[in-house]
Amino acid sequence: MDDKTVSAIKTNSTGDVTINKILTIKHLTLAYGDKRVIQDLNFDLTKGSFTVILGENGVGKTTLIRALLGQLKPQTGTIEFENEQQTVKLGYVPQFRNVDEEYPLTIREFVALNLYHGLTPWLKRQERGRVDWAIKQTNLTQIENRPLGQASGGEKQRAYLAQALIERPNLLILDESTASLDVGMKYELLELVRRLQAEQTLSVLFVTHDLPLAKQFADHFLLMEHDHYQTGKIEDLKITKAGEGHV
Amino acid sequence: MFSFDFMRHAFVAGTFIAIICGVIGVFVIARSMSFLTHTLSEIGFAGAAFGVFAGWPAINGMLLFTIISSMIVGQMSVKEERRESAITAVSALFIGLGILFLSLSNQNASSATSILFGSVIGISQSEVWQIVGLSIVVLLVILVSYRSLKFDSFDSVGARVNGVKVNLVSIIFLVVLALSVSVAAQIVGSLLIFILLTLPAASAKYFVHSVAKMMTLSIGFAILGTWCGLYLGYLTNWPVSFFIASIEVLIYCVALLYARKA
Repeated sequence: MDDKTVSAIKTNSTGDVTINKILTIKHLTLAYGDKRVIQDLNFDLTKGSFTVILGENGVGKTTLIRALLGQLKPQTGTIEFENEQQTVKLGYVPQFRNVDEEYPLTIREFVALNLYHGLTPWLKRQERGRVDWAIKQTNLTQIENRPLGQASGGEKQRAYLAQALIERPNLLILDESTASLDVGMKYELLELVRRLQAEQTLSVLFVTHDLPLAKQFADHFLLMEHDHYQTGKIEDLKITKAGEGHV
Repeated sequence: MFSFDFMRHAFVAGTFIAIICGVIGVFVIARSMSFLTHTLSEIGFAGAAFGVFAGWPAINGMLLFTIISSMIVGQMSVKEERRESAITAVSALFIGLGILFLSLSNQNASSATSILFGSVIGISQSEVWQIVGLSIVVLLVILVSYRSLKFDSFDSVGARVNGVKVNLVSIIFLVVLALSVSVAAQIVGSLLIFILLTLPAASAKYFVHSVAKMMTLSIGFAILGTWCGLYLGYLTNWPVSFFIASIEVLIYCVALLYARKA
């Protein structure tokens, strides 16, 4: 049992040992019209864990995320976020972006886009502080004034991550964020996420096909297959298709 | 030149029009809506023709038609891949209506020409006030919705997943765009509105690296084209819209050369 798992376990008022969860999914069924994509999924996300969602294309990984983001209503079952007295804030880094490379948008400006609630075009001092924080956390300070279109793939992913972090989420969802990166950049990005997870007490849900990467960084998994789902600690993950680096 | 009322009116109206076109143009370019802007200008022509037919000021007919049609286009093109054909269908219908209203109104060809190409000399004091008032409304709406509009325009995926009410933002922008089209038509005419609403912003994006700077430069290019166009039109008695179009195209060509060099 690792340190994070220990910290997520506590004793309640009656003396029973409980797992501190941030997300509980019970008997979840998701569908687009008549087409069922997910059927009877049960899954708990431990607070502070780095959980990987694995599965082939079409098993419903993105559909599940849409439901977590509130964009798709469950046909049956429930999704409950719980975090003691605190509200669960989601940060989401989507798989695809359509930011035109010719746009005159600096990395700093891109990160600040997510501060969209204010009525003034300019950012207030406290908001500028939040942008500074998110940029610093993702090691982008040196290049914050560089146009996003001129950034490398890894720098862009860090900018997307910084934008998601600006609302100080406690649950971060990464949808195949490493898919377009080379091996070095994949590890660099996930090292950064793991550091943030530890320092900011983040829970991380990471969707990927990359099994070696999952085993390297995650501590828990949800394996989605067409007919059933497996969950557990990453060391207990057994993939039956021999020799495959991807699922 | 400024001893003439009509030139003073033209410069005041032209300056406000250039400012709103410079601002709105940034979002038109970011949202890839140049084609819709062109269509709204044709719809503006139909609205003006309806105004003439109904005995209204042309700008009121334009406002009515452009606002209604922009909402229809917005509803029809919720799916992005359907947008171009939806715009084409609405455009075809409104150009047909424009021709019908002109024919029914028994006006001579000069009224159609002034609607299509603008008639800067004909702007009265009350129309100047109307243009200034509408411009202030447009700028205030943009000011208040700036952050959401900027997020949705420059990172639509990010805006959607982070909870921006993108449909509401889209409708607000379409209405503001319709207002701008109707106002700008007073100077450059409905046929050439898209010049001021697209080219200054499209040129500006190659020279700068931030949205605020793009907007400032876009306003600058729009004002430069309008002021020079009005002055050259006064000197030569040639159409102002010809000069504005030529200057803006020239700036755009310089921007492309600059981008290639950079």
